[in-house]
Amino acid sequence: MDLTKDSHPVEQMTNDAKVVDQFKRTIYLAPLEKLLNLARGYSLWPLGFGLACCAIEGLMCVQDPRFDLARFGYEVLRTSPRQADVMVVAGTITKKMAPYVVRLYEQMSEPKWVIAVGSCAISGGPFVDSYSVVPGAEKLVPVDVFVPGCPPRPDAVIQAFMMLRDKIHGKVVLSSAR
Amino acid sequence: MPGKEMTVIIEEIREKFAGIDVDEKMTVTVPAADLLSLMRELKENPEYDFNFLTSLTAVDYPEHFTVVYNLISFRHGHTLMVKVKIEDKEEPAAPSLTPLWGGANWQEREVYDLFGITFTGHPNLRRILLDDDFAGYPLRKDFEWEGGRV
Amino acid sequence: MMQTQEITLNMGPQHPSTHGVFHILLKLDHEVIREATPICGYLHRGIEKLAEARTYTQIIPYTDRMDYLAAMLNNTGYCMTMEKLMEIEVPERAEFIRVICNELSRIASHLIAIGTYSVDIGGITGFMYCLRDRELVMDLFEEICGSRMTFSYMRIGGVAEDMPEGFLEKVLKFVDYMPSAIDEYDGLITGNEIFQARTKHVGIIPPEVALNYSLSGPILRGSGVDWDLRKKRPYSVYDRFDFEVPLGTRHDCFDRFTCRMKEMRQSLRIIRQAVEQMPEGPVMAKVPKVIKPPAGDVYLEIEGAKGMLGYYIVSDGSNKPYRVHVRRPSYINLGYLSELCKGWKIADVVAILGSLDIVLGEVDC
Repeated sequence: MDLTKDSHPVEQMTNDAKVVDQFKRTIYLAPLEKLLNLARGYSLWPLGFGLACCAIEGLMCVQDPRFDLARFGYEVLRTSPRQADVMVVAGTITKKMAPYVVRLYEQMSEPKWVIAVGSCAISGGPFVDSYSVVPGAEKLVPVDVFVPGCPPRPDAVIQAFMMLRDKIHGKVVLSSAR
Repeated sequence: MPGKEMTVIIEEIREKFAGIDVDEKMTVTVPAADLLSLMRELKENPEYDFNFLTSLTAVDYPEHFTVVYNLISFRHGHTLMVKVKIEDKEEPAAPSLTPLWGGANWQEREVYDLFGITFTGHPNLRRILLDDDFAGYPLRKDFEWEGGRV
Repeated sequence: MMQTQEITLNMGPQHPSTHGVFHILLKLDHEVIREATPICGYLHRGIEKLAEARTYTQIIPYTDRMDYLAAMLNNTGYCMTMEKLMEIEVPERAEFIRVICNELSRIASHLIAIGTYSVDIGGITGFMYCLRDRELVMDLFEEICGSRMTFSYMRIGGVAEDMPEGFLEKVLKFVDYMPSAIDEYDGLITGNEIFQARTKHVGIIPPEVALNYSLSGPILRGSGVDWDLRKKRPYSVYDRFDFEVPLGTRHDCFDRFTCRMKEMRQSLRIIRQAVEQMPEGPVMAKVPKVIKPPAGDVYLEIEGAKGMLGYYIVSDGSNKPYRVHVRRPSYINLGYLSELCKGWKIADVVAILGSLDIVLGEVDC
């Protein structure tokens, strides 16, 4: 069955315009994966994994009554990686902590995504010249969304969650980010 | 109860301990062999009563290491900076102050971790901030490393 | 025959109650702790080594990121140490602005301490209330310097810019509102039976032990020792303000918590007096463009939010420091944790660690 926005399979079964109209409005047919992606995108469970200063803005302040991540359904911060979907890497990753970041990522079950919050998680940030800092989370785990800032405002982290939701739904993210 | 003035205290310890040096900012430099007895005198003599060790750190100069101690007397309100010069740069060592102050424990571990200075008499001298198998002592001036900048 | 066995439990680097990446290795005899070994260093970024390759003004943003919850106090400590080394006199208006920013930062830090302590004990609602009011403080900071958390607002010789129009009225509005919010927390958190049962008579630190282990800040004052650098060794313009220093009587976790609550009220008093006494004038002293202090060393301490925050700077006469060391109160306060946890149960470790109020950026530097 070919599914496009304009043509609905019921049109091949009947000519009655009223029935076709009702069907188009009330019955939505899609591949199963697309429905599952819809559900996944709207109920992400972040892993509570704050490392440094960005965790205060990106994980704590984003849940407070002003910025309220709960409006979107993402406030269920799980502490165990087995129960989480999104790993929010917020803060500087040091070489002592790097094995644990990888282990937590591996313990999460599929499907899983990673948001890198702050310039330390993107590229090492102001500490990139140090002897004990890993220059970016991309060296350890595959990252889906990068949030620049030092630290980024909680609004930026909320936008990152929305971009991730669009990515999961299969939209082309960059054009809808404006 | 007003205690003795700092200048009087400095004169008295200069008489009791022959090897010390005092500069114009009233910083006392003491040889490592006399360190524990000087600290004990400063802490236990009720006229000085330096009961609080507030800071313990080290500096890597070209010819020697210096371990810097800062003491406070809560009762009299005095502060005092004491330095110890360690000439041996291959295997530096200094006496540990853990018998006198528990607060010296973690601060000496940090100095050992970052400079490599061994504190004799420390109950648990292991690395604290870096990995146990880290090679080298980062805060020494001759430490070489590669940063992450591309 | 029945036997018991000692088990080793990792209160691992990733844990909701360790306030960051901090690891405690617990050796347990059923639920009682026989040995607790704290392992820190998971956030050691090498700030002291990086500072040796930066100019003196470029180090100010690094000081923000150590105790990131009370960043204005870190900036002030560093700038005051440099001013002592270079013998610069800061203009009065800048001193008063510094006092207002420092006390607001102290309030913000204590709000997080109280909120996260409430989450650790079990009630997330307290956390939401504290963060709601912390947003008001961050609004004020955003007005004065543009940033919510990492300010870099202080400069060697004064502050970066003067306050905008109407800032002092907004500060007074906050100071008028806040005592009612603290009364709300008193009802919600301090008066809560479960909270009191979990924190009273837990983790007692006698005053002689606190002095021996170099503890400072609300921990030392909760143990009954009257030592606040703003009163004992007044720096900046603190000798012109009238405020009290709260002390504890039972030396337990609950006393340390109530010390922080009372300190917030005293900070509001100081801010109100500073706004009323604010003079006119410049906000920056005459400082050369390239900062080259005379060769020598200097050590200075201020009363930070978590304890005595000290800076030791060695200069060799060039425009970059030879050595910068920070006396970090959270690091030194944490040194006593292994002794403090012995004999308590796992749930009490959470209560004890929360009452020590550490910030991992400061512990690991």
